[in-house]
Amino acid sequence: MSSTFETVAGIISETADIPREQITPESHAIEDLGIDSLAFLDIAFAIDKAFGIKLPLEQWTQEVNEGKAPAEEYFVLKNLVARIDALVAAKQA
Amino acid sequence: MRLEYFEMIDRVTSLDRETKRIEVSSVVPQESPVFEGHFPGHPLVPGVLLTETMAQASGYLVLGLMGFTHMPFLMGVDKARFRTFVGPGTVLAVTAQLEHEGSGYAVTKARITAEGKPICDAELRFRIMPFPEGMDGLMRAQARRIGLLEESV
Repeated sequence: MSSTFETVAGIISETADIPREQITPESHAIEDLGIDSLAFLDIAFAIDKAFGIKLPLEQWTQEVNEGKAPAEEYFVLKNLVARIDALVAAKQA
Repeated sequence: MRLEYFEMIDRVTSLDRETKRIEVSSVVPQESPVFEGHFPGHPLVPGVLLTETMAQASGYLVLGLMGFTHMPFLMGVDKARFRTFVGPGTVLAVTAQLEHEGSGYAVTKARITAEGKPICDAELRFRIMPFPEGMDGLMRAQARRIGLLEESV
């Protein structure tokens, strides 16, 4: 598994007090791991700091609320990791 | 300060947009109903109100930097430390520094000193949301009261 996933899984485990072994790339942060919106902001802060990026949470939330994107696209961890990698790549470009 | 009304900030001393830092001042009142219980005969400002003071300074910082477009709501307090007692008449110097501006949230570090001596410090997190109806005007009025709007926004 990618180092990005390992970092994100570690952050989620520590921030939301979820056993690391329960966190897989297929995990849905909300539905499977039970992370609420407040805890997700704590996780976003840790991810922002760890990767030097700014997760566009407001944009994602708006897209989900307006039906333009399914929540899985952002909150299933393998998808979240892909987006983090894209943001890091865009920053380095 | 009017502790019982949660008016914790007396005056904004400076708001530096470049360094994203605010300095405010407040004077602890000589008398307050709060002191009747905390503690009888031994008046001390409760730590929770010192935390609120740091949160309000941080909140005005975020409001000022964002041009009063959204409202910051306190959602987390980390690493809070209370280093000494604060009694009536104490002149507080409060500073708050924006540490991180996320999408829909902000993180600050705030501290309070009195006569240069550290009183307390904490890392604070805020959820940034649209103003609830009617709160915009209320916050602008409070900002004018403490000298934020005419000086900085």
